[in-house]
Amino acid sequence: MNESAAPEDRPADRGPGEAAARPAGAGWLPALLPAALAAAFAAALPTIAGGGTIRLAADWVPSLGISFSLLLDGLSLTFALLISGIGFFVTLYARTYLAGHAHLGRFTLYLLAFMVAMLGLVLADNLITLFVFWELTTLTSYFLIGFNHASAASRRSALQALLLTGAGGLALLAGMILLGGVAGSFELSEILARGDLIRDHDLYLPILVLVLLGAFTKSAQVPFHFWLPNAMAAPTPVSAYLHSATMVKAGIYLLARMHPALSGTDAWIWSLTLFGAVTALVASVIALRQTDLKLALAYTTVMALGTLTMFLGAEATVAVAAAMTFLVVHSLYKASLFLIVGILDHQAGSRDAERLGGLARAMPITAAAAAAAALSMAGFPPFLGFIGKELKYEGALAIASEPAVVATAAVLANALMVAVAGIVALRPFHGGRPRAPRTPREAPVTLWIGPVVLAGLGLLFGLAPALIADSLIQPAVTAILGRPETVKLALWHGINLPLALSLLTFALGLAVYVGHERLRRGLIRLEAGLPATADQVWDRLLDGLKALAAAQTRLLQSGLLRRYMFITFASVAVAVGVTLAATGAVRLPAAWPELLFKHWASVALIAAGAVMTALSKTRLAAICALGVVGVGVALLFVMFGAPDLAITQLLVETLVVVLVGVVMLRLPSLEQGARRRRGADIVLSVAVGAVVALTLLAVVGAPLDRAVTDYFETASVAQAFGRNIVNVILVDFRALDTFGEVAVVAVAAIGAYALIRGTRRKERP
Amino acid sequence: MNSLILRTATRLLVALMLLFSVYMLLRGHNEPGGGFIGGLLAGIGFALYAIAHGTAAARRALRFEPQAIAMVGLGIALLAGLWAAMFGDPLFTGQWWFVGAGDDDKGLPLSSVLVFDIGVYLVVVGAVLTLVLGLEEEV
Amino acid sequence: METVLALLVGVLVAAAVYLMLARNVLRFLFGLVLLGNAANLTIFIAGRLTPELPPLVPEGLAAPAGQVANALPQALVLTAIVIGFGLLAFTLVLVYRGYQTLGTLDSDAMRVAEPADTTDGTP
Repeated sequence: MNESAAPEDRPADRGPGEAAARPAGAGWLPALLPAALAAAFAAALPTIAGGGTIRLAADWVPSLGISFSLLLDGLSLTFALLISGIGFFVTLYARTYLAGHAHLGRFTLYLLAFMVAMLGLVLADNLITLFVFWELTTLTSYFLIGFNHASAASRRSALQALLLTGAGGLALLAGMILLGGVAGSFELSEILARGDLIRDHDLYLPILVLVLLGAFTKSAQVPFHFWLPNAMAAPTPVSAYLHSATMVKAGIYLLARMHPALSGTDAWIWSLTLFGAVTALVASVIALRQTDLKLALAYTTVMALGTLTMFLGAEATVAVAAAMTFLVVHSLYKASLFLIVGILDHQAGSRDAERLGGLARAMPITAAAAAAAALSMAGFPPFLGFIGKELKYEGALAIASEPAVVATAAVLANALMVAVAGIVALRPFHGGRPRAPRTPREAPVTLWIGPVVLAGLGLLFGLAPALIADSLIQPAVTAILGRPETVKLALWHGINLPLALSLLTFALGLAVYVGHERLRRGLIRLEAGLPATADQVWDRLLDGLKALAAAQTRLLQSGLLRRYMFITFASVAVAVGVTLAATGAVRLPAAWPELLFKHWASVALIAAGAVMTALSKTRLAAICALGVVGVGVALLFVMFGAPDLAITQLLVETLVVVLVGVVMLRLPSLEQGARRRRGADIVLSVAVGAVVALTLLAVVGAPLDRAVTDYFETASVAQAFGRNIVNVILVDFRALDTFGEVAVVAVAAIGAYALIRGTRRKERP
Repeated sequence: MNSLILRTATRLLVALMLLFSVYMLLRGHNEPGGGFIGGLLAGIGFALYAIAHGTAAARRALRFEPQAIAMVGLGIALLAGLWAAMFGDPLFTGQWWFVGAGDDDKGLPLSSVLVFDIGVYLVVVGAVLTLVLGLEEEV
Repeated sequence: METVLALLVGVLVAAAVYLMLARNVLRFLFGLVLLGNAANLTIFIAGRLTPELPPLVPEGLAAPAGQVANALPQALVLTAIVIGFGLLAFTLVLVYRGYQTLGTLDSDAMRVAEPADTTDGTP
């Protein structure tokens, strides 16, 4: 797994300080878009804090009840601010980080396209609009993960993420269509108001399973967690932006958004709590095992996503408030830590924990930002992370169903997070003499400004929690629970159980940090003992799929015309035969009709001709037999009042003889390619013939509606002044059809002529 | 095919067949016949001529490339259909004029329907001869 | 009579399918012609049979006198016959051209578009 995240982010031939030396030019220009968006969203803060919402709508596909509608409420605004705000710093950072890269422009385009898609996703007020943006984030993320398209690992990771989240997206689409059908509307605001109706519906469970599949794949819940660490093949700004702060939270957003419509049932509570708890624990254990700082961070992201899922399973206000607070905390510290790892990679030449150390002196600003972010991550006061952690414990204890399970999972996961925070943010900067592959140098301002501001915000909000409590968390919780809520955040909650759990967490975390070298070795041994990791299972799954495709291609697409025909005819026989039998449409004739000799004679003539054509060994006999069939059919037309058909049939037969006769002169005998054993062919042809005959018997046994014919008969003279009804239909009533048909005849003739002439040109150049 | 009897008989036969094909075309609206049948008849007539006198003679007798005849026929049929649209009717609605019609006499009927059928006739003649002459020359 | 003709169509279809399953593309072509005839008869029969009364309006009347043959399927079949001829002619030229280029009428040997699987030898 380590090699899949090999540091291929930038051209290897560039020195550490070169980026700083390069003139910035118009590098800041693309960052204007997220900055402007962030400002616009910030301007909406007072409205949202006052309990209001902003809605925009335009018809999109009115016939299907689909509109392009956007809604800004507390939940959307929280996400929108994170997306545009972090987007601003990441865009700025990427200009320097990838400076001189040949495809920097492309990269910026993908990044901004992703940002717009993500914003559309969180602002959508229509299920279909939401889904379209959901898929757009999947697509743009594919481009971003596979940005180093020359690397096979990147391509594999990109494809893996695309397939997995794309499959989840399909499940989500199915769920949303069901949901829209049940609720009678695709507008989210209407669906969310009909929660009781949806929960009592028979289709509730399928809807829930499909929506959860979408959310869990996008947000990397176990067992779909493996794509996220692999996605670290992307350049670091992408990891910071998509795979920690924004895109992976799309699943969390979906769960939060659907909360009023789907939550509260046992199925919801248990699936979210269990999947969340397992994901959090599994991911934090794997995180300890990593030495690549980026991978360790990736697994802690998975852990955070699990925690968020776990808390969204609950109904209690404090649990949801904990989820929303932790969401903000996590986005702030995780984005800055990823950016810091990128700085280490860029400035010191490595992001391997074992190769770095004592860099604080050379990179003081980065070290300070790292410390602030890590303290928030570990949940030390007075950082926002502390408030988030206290709220989590409070929320865990408030969950009615299984407080012990949730609280234990939360404490363990947090303890491991403390340890990982230490590994990521302390070890590279402190302890002994500087160790790094390159001479470390402080990063330019465009690189460190993001981490410093984001980590600083973690401290600022921790000191003054009221800044976000009223304006963001409270409206968001209100939106999630669908009822007015009051949320107060404070650093000091008094001496209570959550505080005790916090102390326990620190103690455990410290113990793990101290002993983590030994733990890691143990974990590596354990991993080697596992039958397969999820990533390997995925590979086997894909290999199996490819083998299946190859096998069915070999079976069905043999390249043999007769096999294609066999499969086609067999399908016809089975499909029509089963339908006939199932609908009971088979009618056998009651009695043989009284027929004249001429009728019997022509029928016998045709049948004999057909059988002879099928069995003849020579071309001449076959052509003669075909002619017999054609003339016999013409006779039938004469006998049953169709002189036009009879004449046409006879003339066509004449022409067929001319053409076939001419071509036959140049073709070899019929024996070429003849096969001996054709038992299966005989069985199949008899079966198809029987099915067709039975169908036709069923048709003639049913009453005939002559309304159209009656109309033509009465209108023929009166309206079209013609007494030959067949011709009147052809050239007047249905003239457009006839026009199409003569066009086909002309095209067939010219096509055949082109084939003939093509041969000739080749022979005589 | 080098047969004097065939070649001599063909001259007369082909002329009769062409005449008959036009007759079938014109009477088609009221009696069995029409553009398809007439076109097939004319096509067979020329095919017979090609067999008796060779394709080069048949092409000379035809004067135009058979593909061109088919395309012109398609164009005539289309124009006959568009004609109705110019009078505000739906496409391909028949338009009729009874030239010199009196109280008892319905006069000489002319119609866009007949033009359409002539188009069909030409398409069928053109298509059949494209195939027959092309194959005859190739083989 | 419809009953007998329905069975006759069954025979035509069976013969056509048998021919179309053959390896020789010329046999396939013959099967196509038979199938076209069977399809035309099917449409014709589905409109029911009326012995010897063509759908013509006698001169001076506004509608046919009494029951005449169903004109609608006849109109459908008439164009189908001509189009069937176009299809046959095109296929015939295709077979001819295929034989000139590939030197065979055996469809199993025509593998230009879909070459035989060479990776593991199984067909």
